Amino acid sequence: MVSDTASQIQDFREAGRRFLRIDPLLLLATLGLVAASIYVVGAATQDDIPGDPNYYAYRQAVFAGAGLVLMLLISRFDYSRLREWKLGVYTLMIGSIVLVYAVGVSARGARRSIEFGFFNFQASELGKLLLVVALAGFVVDRTRRLQDRETTSRIVLLAVVPAMLVVAQPDLGSGLVYLAIVLAVLFVAGTKWTHFAALAALVAVAIAGVLVVAPAAGVEVLKPYQKHRLTAFLNPTDDPREEGYQINQSLTAIGSGGKTGRGDESTQTRLDFLPEHHTDFIFSVVGEEFGFVGAALVLSLFALLIWRALRILTMSKNFYGALVAGGITAMLMFQVFVNVGMTIGIMPITGIPLPLVSYGGSSVLTTLMAIGLLQSIHAQARETAAAKGL
Amino acid sequence: MYLDNERRPTLTPKLAVRVAIMGGIALVAFAIIFFRLWFLQVLSSEKYVEEARGNQLREIKVQAPRGEIVDREGRLLVRNRVGYAVKVTPASLPDQIAERREMYRRLAKVLGMRPRVIERRVEKQLKALPFATATVKTDVPEELFAYLLERPEEYPGVTIERVFLREYPHHQIGAHLFGTVGEVSQEQLGEERYRGVEMGDRVGQSGIEAEYDRFLRGRNGATRVQVDALGNLSRELATRQPQQGRQLRLSVDLDVQRVGQEALASGTGHGAFAVMDVRNGQVIALGSQPSFDPNIFAKTIKQSDYKRLTSDETGAPLTNRAIQGGYPTGSTFKLITATAALQSGLITPDTVLYDGGSLTVGDIVFNNAGGAAHGALALRTALTVSSDVFFYQLGRDLDSRGDGLALQRWARRLGLGRLTGIDLPAEQPGRIPTPHWRNRLFKKHLTDRPWSVGDNVNLSVGQGDVAVDPMQMAVAYATIANGGRVLRPRLGMRIEDTAGRALQQLEAPTARRLKIDPSYRQAILDGLRGAASAPGGTSTEVFAGFPIPVAGKTGTAEKGLGRADQSWYVALAPFPDPQYVVAVTDEAGGFGADTAAPMARRILAELFDVNEHRIVAGGGPSD
Repeated sequence: MVSDTASQIQDFREAGRRFLRIDPLLLLATLGLVAASIYVVGAATQDDIPGDPNYYAYRQAVFAGAGLVLMLLISRFDYSRLREWKLGVYTLMIGSIVLVYAVGVSARGARRSIEFGFFNFQASELGKLLLVVALAGFVVDRTRRLQDRETTSRIVLLAVVPAMLVVAQPDLGSGLVYLAIVLAVLFVAGTKWTHFAALAALVAVAIAGVLVVAPAAGVEVLKPYQKHRLTAFLNPTDDPREEGYQINQSLTAIGSGGKTGRGDESTQTRLDFLPEHHTDFIFSVVGEEFGFVGAALVLSLFALLIWRALRILTMSKNFYGALVAGGITAMLMFQVFVNVGMTIGIMPITGIPLPLVSYGGSSVLTTLMAIGLLQSIHAQARETAAAKGL
Repeated sequence: MYLDNERRPTLTPKLAVRVAIMGGIALVAFAIIFFRLWFLQVLSSEKYVEEARGNQLREIKVQAPRGEIVDREGRLLVRNRVGYAVKVTPASLPDQIAERREMYRRLAKVLGMRPRVIERRVEKQLKALPFATATVKTDVPEELFAYLLERPEEYPGVTIERVFLREYPHHQIGAHLFGTVGEVSQEQLGEERYRGVEMGDRVGQSGIEAEYDRFLRGRNGATRVQVDALGNLSRELATRQPQQGRQLRLSVDLDVQRVGQEALASGTGHGAFAVMDVRNGQVIALGSQPSFDPNIFAKTIKQSDYKRLTSDETGAPLTNRAIQGGYPTGSTFKLITATAALQSGLITPDTVLYDGGSLTVGDIVFNNAGGAAHGALALRTALTVSSDVFFYQLGRDLDSRGDGLALQRWARRLGLGRLTGIDLPAEQPGRIPTPHWRNRLFKKHLTDRPWSVGDNVNLSVGQGDVAVDPMQMAVAYATIANGGRVLRPRLGMRIEDTAGRALQQLEAPTARRLKIDPSYRQAILDGLRGAASAPGGTSTEVFAGFPIPVAGKTGTAEKGLGRADQSWYVALAPFPDPQYVVAVTDEAGGFGADTAAPMARRILAELFDVNEHRIVAGGGPSD
């Protein structure tokens, strides 16, 4: 009886310690962004569904709630086990992406998600995290041969396959994220600079091929709208009706927000001038409704998030953890910079969501799970350090 | 291998460098984003606030009703009614041409039009003004309004607007005066007189509506609304009420106008008349027969209707013969000949000439009408009995006197063969034949002979090539009656607010002054008075028993072989100090005394409130 109670107390302490081993600042950044997301999505969409002003906010809150639970569960779990499952994870990723082709629902000419009751599962979103986990595993297996060209090309190929699959959905944005992930994983693993230089040359050739040679040969790799979107930001006023329209409206929204935002006078958002205002252009809503102050606050939370992620990278108890943390960090950074850059007119429109803030179950759950992994890496590192310290 | 990995120190210096590089990239990216945000939100925010405002604010025009037109007693001549116009908004039309055609087909069924007509009409308007709405039909019944409103999904892009349409309660009466109202054209938008008019506004296109458009048109109201990205209205912000146009009071007397048109219709049905105040140029009535019902112009007129209204077979009802008909005048021209002969010193009022029944000029014999011979007579009697030979001699002698153009000069001075300047846009000048005119035609082989003295002889009695309308004739007679002021006839009398309070008097300026010797004037008026009252006067019988002393001249113009003579009468009353001039002509009425003079009597009776029935019943003047 007494020992039972004692062991229970022991268990509680243990649980508390484990919980305390997660990174509080990372948690703070996460919670802050989730809260901002629910608030901004709510503000942006209050007139979208007649009679149900909180439709999107409510759903986003449910996604976030589920995601936070998942995040905490994952943080308790030793991520190192995932390394052994790399083949399964990789297969799951490819399989789910292929499944989308088979049973996915199309929306606006793109087939990107599988319909479940409550939400549409976007395989390419979860794929981002699965790719990080799998790639890190494959890299660790070849630790001794990291400097081989073969290693680099194999790893790149492992990422290019799913990237091609999602680009064909078409989901150009996710494809680019996959490429950013593989580069980051290789970068953190210590791949030689010359390999990166070769990859850069390869990318340049590929871009030239896709944009110039293939069309000349009669093969259109990119859909015309994708090409348009990629180039429209360079000169938005040239094309005020189509892609340029989105950029112009986004700039108008953010610019008109001024220092402190327009609040309820946010006509760009409320009157639908801003396209995709709860998903890809959510940052423009932040800029319009809450101004420079609001945008800076959200960006600061992201900065905090990325700082903590990089710090966790350096703390990792093992090489695998460092690679996973590197991949996740790159995934977050790339999405934040490309998405925000798009809304302020310095990056092309690629359909990449703003992690945690953009509305969407797949993206929110994936990002929170990724952060859960970061927390797991952090907790494991603290635990190892504590054990060593003892 | 697993253990090996576990033992590997994770934070190697190499990794530290690479993490630092990632952190550096993040730092630079954040810095760029912050600077960009600062630029957008702090440095350029005003510009973007403006853009956001421009995005969402629209002005919706609220059409102002046009001012109404009333007669001199305030009786409504032209009023407004609310109609429903079917329009299409290009932005909401289906994109596919096939879908559009399908919609036009459905719409055509409801509107009772042909789909092709709708399509052509819409595409034409959209071509001219790509973003404006295009009108399909201007006036549809109210039931249709409700029907279309309830089925927006069946008729995408179709909207119904309330529009003000003109209505003419008196139908044919005064039809030629008012003119039409229609959407402003591209060319008109550039004109000074249409300043402030916007695309799509309806303005006066002819007649009084065009002449007084700037008073009648009113000021459009506007509703400032907030719209969303699809152009749907999200809320109304402010409204500026439309201001109805000014009321226009015409000098026209509806009763006189009606009686005049009825009188004309009782003849051959082709003719015109003008009634004017000789002191100030106010037009009391101005009519043309055949007439038409201007209500058909309230909506878009059908091509077939328009053809019917302008074809010669139907007598071209749209033609306003009172200001556009060029007619020979017959003996009513003698007033001009008399004035010219007196003023140029050819005769005095007492100069006696001999009328032997005919006059030979060159080898042509000019006879008196009806073969009469009036013997020796002076001007007064010559006018009273309408001696042609008397005036032939004047015409002959004026042709050889000075430059030979005295008759033409005086005709033009008195306002014949030129625009009177009436406030109606479509006036025609007519013609006074001159040697110059005929010789030029002859040179171009358009006529068989050059000018000869015979032409002047013909002109002296208003025969031949002279082409004059009743309004001009009224102006000429009024000039003699008022002692030399050539008036510019005016229909518009006063601009009023909607309650009928005067805002601005429209004075008719005198076109010019002629020096007419008062004794000459008196002689002419005496002659005309005799013609309507003395024994042997050409219209004495017509005016028997008429209580108002009338001075008037008959005219019977020959129009060539096989065609009935044109009948004229011009009256001045009351004698000796006339207030009104009445000029009437019937294109095929024969002798002036037979047709035109009785018409003039009916008009004068209405003008002076003479109860003709009582006179007839009593068999003589009432007082």
